[in-house]
Amino acid sequence: MAAHLKKRVYEEFTKVVQQQHEDLSTKKLRLTKPSKSAALHVDLCKATSPADALQYLLQFARKPVEVESVEGVVRILLEHYYKENDASVRLKIASLLGLLSKTAGFSPDCIMDDAINTLQNEKSHQVLAQLLDTLLVIGTKLPENPSIRMRLVEVACKHLTDSSHGVRNKCLQLIGCLGPVEKGVAKETESQAAKDVQKIIGDHFNDQDPRVRTAAIKAMLQLHERGLKLQQAIYSQACKLLADDYEQVRSAAVQLIWVLSQLYPESIVPIPSSNEEIRLVDDAFGKICHMVSDGSWVVRVQAAKLLGSMQQVSSHFLEQTLDKKLMSDLRRKRTAHERAKELYSSGEFSSGRKWGDDAPKEEIDTGAVNLIESGACGAFVHGLEDEMYEVRIAAVEALCMLAQSSPSFAEKCLDFLVDMFNDEIEEVRLQSIHTMRKISHNITLREDQLDTVLAVLEDSSRDIREALHELLCCTNVSTKEGIHLALVELLKNLTKYPTDRESIWKCLKFLGSRHPTLVLPLVPELLSTHPFFDTPEPDMDDPAYIAVLVLIFNAAKSCPTMPALFSDHTFRHYAYLRDSLSHLVPPLRLPGRKLVSSPVSPSITPHEDPSQQFLHQSLERVYNLQHLDPQGIQELLEFTICDLQRLGELQSELAGMADFTATYLQCQLLLIKALQEKLWNVAAPLYLKQNALASAAAKQILEETYKMEFMYSGVESRQVVIIHHMRLQAKALQLIVTARTARGVEPLFGMCEKFLQEVDSFQRCFISELPHMQGSFVDKLLDLMPRLVTSKPSEVVKILQTTLRQSTFLHLPLPEQLHRATANIIEPTGESDNPLRFTSGLVVALDVDATLEHVQDPQGTVKVQVLYPDGQAQLIHPKPADFRNPGPGRHRLITQVYLSHTAWTEPCQIEVRLLLAYNSNRSKASARIPKSTWSESLETLPPSENGIEGTIPFSKPVKVYIMPKPARR
Amino acid sequence: MPEIKVTPLGAGQDVGRSCILVSIAGKNVMLDCGMHMGYNDDRRFPDFSYITQNGRLTDFLDCVIISHFHLDHCGALPYFSEMVGYDGPIYMTHPTKAICPILLEDYRKITVDKKGETNFFTSQMIKDCMKKVVAVHLHQTVQVDEELEIKAYYAGHVLGAAMFQIKVGCESVVYTGDYNMTPDRHLGAAWIDKCRPDLLISESTYATTIRDSKRCRERDFLKKVHETVERGGKVLIPVFALGRAQELCILLETFWERMNLKAPIYFSTGLTEKANHYYKLFITWTNQKIRKTFVQRNMFEFKHIKAFDRAFADNPGPMVVFATPGMLHAGQSLQIFRKWAGNEKNMVIMPGYCVQGTVGHKILSGQRKLEMEGRQILEVKMQVEYMSFSAHADAKGIMQLIRQAEPRNVLLVHGEAKKMEFLKQKIEQEFHVSCYMPANGETTTIFTNPCIPVDISLGLLKREAAIGPVPDAKKPKLMHGTLLMKDNSFRLVSPEQALKELGLAEHQLRFTCRVHIQDPRKEHETVLRVYNHLKGVLKDYSVQHLPDGSITVESILIQATAHSEDQGTKVLLVSWTYQDEELGSYLTSLLKKGLPQSTS
Repeated sequence: MAAHLKKRVYEEFTKVVQQQHEDLSTKKLRLTKPSKSAALHVDLCKATSPADALQYLLQFARKPVEVESVEGVVRILLEHYYKENDASVRLKIASLLGLLSKTAGFSPDCIMDDAINTLQNEKSHQVLAQLLDTLLVIGTKLPENPSIRMRLVEVACKHLTDSSHGVRNKCLQLIGCLGPVEKGVAKETESQAAKDVQKIIGDHFNDQDPRVRTAAIKAMLQLHERGLKLQQAIYSQACKLLADDYEQVRSAAVQLIWVLSQLYPESIVPIPSSNEEIRLVDDAFGKICHMVSDGSWVVRVQAAKLLGSMQQVSSHFLEQTLDKKLMSDLRRKRTAHERAKELYSSGEFSSGRKWGDDAPKEEIDTGAVNLIESGACGAFVHGLEDEMYEVRIAAVEALCMLAQSSPSFAEKCLDFLVDMFNDEIEEVRLQSIHTMRKISHNITLREDQLDTVLAVLEDSSRDIREALHELLCCTNVSTKEGIHLALVELLKNLTKYPTDRESIWKCLKFLGSRHPTLVLPLVPELLSTHPFFDTPEPDMDDPAYIAVLVLIFNAAKSCPTMPALFSDHTFRHYAYLRDSLSHLVPPLRLPGRKLVSSPVSPSITPHEDPSQQFLHQSLERVYNLQHLDPQGIQELLEFTICDLQRLGELQSELAGMADFTATYLQCQLLLIKALQEKLWNVAAPLYLKQNALASAAAKQILEETYKMEFMYSGVESRQVVIIHHMRLQAKALQLIVTARTARGVEPLFGMCEKFLQEVDSFQRCFISELPHMQGSFVDKLLDLMPRLVTSKPSEVVKILQTTLRQSTFLHLPLPEQLHRATANIIEPTGESDNPLRFTSGLVVALDVDATLEHVQDPQGTVKVQVLYPDGQAQLIHPKPADFRNPGPGRHRLITQVYLSHTAWTEPCQIEVRLLLAYNSNRSKASARIPKSTWSESLETLPPSENGIEGTIPFSKPVKVYIMPKPARR
Repeated sequence: MPEIKVTPLGAGQDVGRSCILVSIAGKNVMLDCGMHMGYNDDRRFPDFSYITQNGRLTDFLDCVIISHFHLDHCGALPYFSEMVGYDGPIYMTHPTKAICPILLEDYRKITVDKKGETNFFTSQMIKDCMKKVVAVHLHQTVQVDEELEIKAYYAGHVLGAAMFQIKVGCESVVYTGDYNMTPDRHLGAAWIDKCRPDLLISESTYATTIRDSKRCRERDFLKKVHETVERGGKVLIPVFALGRAQELCILLETFWERMNLKAPIYFSTGLTEKANHYYKLFITWTNQKIRKTFVQRNMFEFKHIKAFDRAFADNPGPMVVFATPGMLHAGQSLQIFRKWAGNEKNMVIMPGYCVQGTVGHKILSGQRKLEMEGRQILEVKMQVEYMSFSAHADAKGIMQLIRQAEPRNVLLVHGEAKKMEFLKQKIEQEFHVSCYMPANGETTTIFTNPCIPVDISLGLLKREAAIGPVPDAKKPKLMHGTLLMKDNSFRLVSPEQALKELGLAEHQLRFTCRVHIQDPRKEHETVLRVYNHLKGVLKDYSVQHLPDGSITVESILIQATAHSEDQGTKVLLVSWTYQDEELGSYLTSLLKKGLPQSTS
């Protein structure tokens, strides 16, 4: 095979050379150039100096090579390689060989021998290293060929003694990537070299060059990643490497130690200079902790990160990481944390600090103080105080992971986490708040800690405040004073930052429902009721008062005695809030208050099953009764749609499902209505008016189908096929309507063709689903397909019309979970009467804050639309960084929209809304192409002709009052 | 035996007046040149007559290094260079060079103008002295002369503070100056690489203290200020103009920014403004946060902190004022204190230590009624708080630095003797290095074992490296060559080249040895037996049986002849050149053991 190819290539270029002699015009040459390999050969022959040759090679490397000609090119390159004296050219050739071997679809086993041969006489270290790199590429391209891999590994072993670090580096890398992983394979092949890769690599842990040492460790890690079980004996070697002079070695060694500690957590290792022994994972933990105070911050980050994942470590060691014995002048001192705790437990909370309050107490035995504790002691104390914020973040993350698995550790690390709330870098603060939230199920906050936490509520960064609200949602507070404190601080926050309203209410909702018994004694004070006197009724619109009520009502839900403390107006306010803020105020059982209790309790108490049942029943009803007369169907559909819509309003969990089906039924209803039109029976030109109705219906169905496909998350392919089917029907309808109204046949040709294409692509995309679609429109259509293709447009239209009428309507199966994408613009509120004034021609920034729910990939799809009064619309793509992800399925868009316009005479309103962009190419059915990189996608994916891009508005528009003033001269 | 001598002229078992003489490999270096705050007589400056009685200092000192701008490290510099007389180079970092003259001038003003001393250095002298200063960058290796080189490392502590490595040949000393191993709001932590100096001279101010985390203190401080301001009270923070003041400013500034507070913060003017200017310029010397954000905004361009005017003290409403001096003994801080002391809503926060006798010390120790000048009694109703913000490494920090640098010896200065004792014992115990703590004027001698660099020609190195097994970094490797000592340099060359350079003829040296073997057989049979034996034993060497009846092992020749008297004894003649000494002697000993009694 190889020989044949070679021959072919030679033939090709000999021809070209002749051509070249005849005619030197470059244009002609290019025309006759049969393949790239030949051209390259010519170029290389022409090259007079190494620099020239290098230039040619560089040019050559810029263009891709087709799979078929790769081998020929490789041969030519190799030939030149042997002839070439200049090392730099050889280097380039070697690197080209590697690049070419990477070509998709090319199997490089045929060039392997040649590549290995080139190694033999090579003197230049750089070229050698490059050649080994090429071999590595070849080896990785042939994963299922162990014998070739063995050969390559042997070659690499041979070159391990090279004096250049680059060559040794590559050898080790090659061994790491290709070395045999299963023991059995190694035994079969008798080669000495490949027998114990681990030992070979291990020998290079002591290499004189730090780069080679690093490569050796990395190769070892590579072997581990490929599934080889590393030997425990490496552990002691790796430990020595922790004291290496070079940071990259230490950094890699830390990783290796971590890997070993995960492999052999329970083995016993001796402690040097004593007779004791400890578990390996503990020992490794101690060693990695030690690296947290390393001189290089790269190593520190690495070490701090890895600590988090060492969950098998014994609690004794774990708790040491937070330990730091203080002393002053050789006397034991208590830390501020200990003092705070003591103050708290002694019942006295705040004390004016005096000079000498922290005076050292007992004397310390000088012999007993250990200044450099071996191992774990104080690792986190150091890590959290590190000067680089990268290290601090890594330490906080590690703390989080460890605390999640150990409640006692969580309790202990609390003080330190709370301290991190005051870090100078916002990212660190945010990270520690998130961490605290994650471990909140394990902890209860002390009052002094709560105090510190709450102090952060005044932070000017919205992210921090909201993270803190989230944290408070799931925090356990120990005392009623704590609750009171939290409420007071939250109200303070509310007055300072009124925009936090929603978030604070939500926070209080959870705070109340978690601590009913703590809220109970506070109720009279909070509602400012008095046993004898009536107090004035508070303002119902005051956000602070609402906040208090939210707290109380949520607590009252599980505390039946609480309503007794309410005054009359409280009950009235309850009824009002229950209606207006139903997501924040739970239903309450209020004894003796008919007004409140009767409408609430029996009907809407959340029972999953009945409503779900109702949904299914109504759907079944529709699907079963499809053979009724058209009038009956229409009525039934109308009723069912109504039912479903109401259900969606009542049951938020089922809203997505209900809306989805309602939309589907709506489409169906529209289709039926359109087909009922009288126009079908009468001569076409007479009924233009009705036509408008039918074509409007078709248009609306199309729109609705796009909504169904792209606005709901959780739609599966079963649903997608139904949606597409509906769309196909709508398109058929469109075609028919056009056929009826349009004069002349020419436009119809195109339309028919397009429609048939679509049917075809539908069939291709959903071939697997077709069996489920017996009797449907498309099913019948496909049967008639041969006839359709050959017939005239008018006939096609006729066929379509009949099939459309005869086809049954498809049962829409419901997925497990279905959620409708919704967006709610919080800001601007649209209530302001003060126009936003700016000079015309300049820009003004409008802050937009919105919550998005159940939007997949919001960065790519959500757009902001601004509609000016003159009808001009502007579409703005928010930056990816403007999206936050506070929870699963929820997103938050905080962005700035730039507005500009020419001068107006008086202020006017513009509309801002959010749009969901879709692209039917991206549709869920067409086998999802993995996202290619940006540059590639530009070249390889031409916009397909039937991809329809569009937008669906999915938020209520908000009006903003603006006033562009003319510029003053 | 080469040695390093260290003599502290100041700061030996003491704090203040830092001045340490180091002589290393024939070079004399003076580290720091400070004054003592406790004395007002001659003792405030180091005794430079110790260096030389009558000669010029320039002849005795190769250079002077100043670690940072605190007066106890640089206060005696103009006196030393201009009044005693020194014209050699003085090294310090750029920020130190910028800020140092401001402080010196301030010091001069207080001593001369306020206290009325004469015979003190003048402004001109400070200027002249500064002209002799050579500024260095971090990690820049400065060649003082051909052999002496110095290099600065970051030390935290104050802006521009540096640790210095002094290196002559292979011997080196690291002087830390004052340093801080935990970062604060405006400076990073000290850092040094694994330079393995022969001697590390470290400060030991907090030798017996392990401190709590900085965060708690900061939080307490901020909370107190915040609460008072929210109550509508005024906060007075007496500070010294440089160093901690900037840290506290940054702290409050960022807090105000974060919490969106509106109450004004004032800073009493004076030399602070000048100093702040330098802080703005030397952003690279500050911590990560300030360095990263300065493109958007220089943190030292305070948004909330404004210059203080005397009239502001009477303004209603909350405010925070930084005022000098730090111990409330005079000046603006005392004036403001007197105005505000009567209101219990107000607060004074002392961020540092106060000397006995000052107002600061009195109120800290709980005195509520103060007698001011003119017999009036001031009743202190305002809250008094103490917060310690200090930027020296604690015991753990010192140990951490030692661990990073891996010195062979440690010498402690700048601390109290009793505390040093403890740390010394710990260092010796944990690092197994010797530790010294000389008093002022006491000389410590440290013997070093410097390595001597020898040049080797590449050809020889490659040739020798190729022989034998793979080079192993952990094992010494035996090399053959000729050591040439010529013109104060050492070179290792191949024997041939050495002969050529020295103009000597080469002599061959051969060892011959006769081994008697009892073997009744014929000579050639014996030879064959020997040959087989050797071939069996020396598998890795080329053993050849030559047609003339001799055997060669590599280049060693073995011949057998019958003994002239006793035909049953064969004499084996083994001959080798001296290069093959190893193999030759092995062969002889092997042959001496006799041939195996085999039948072949």
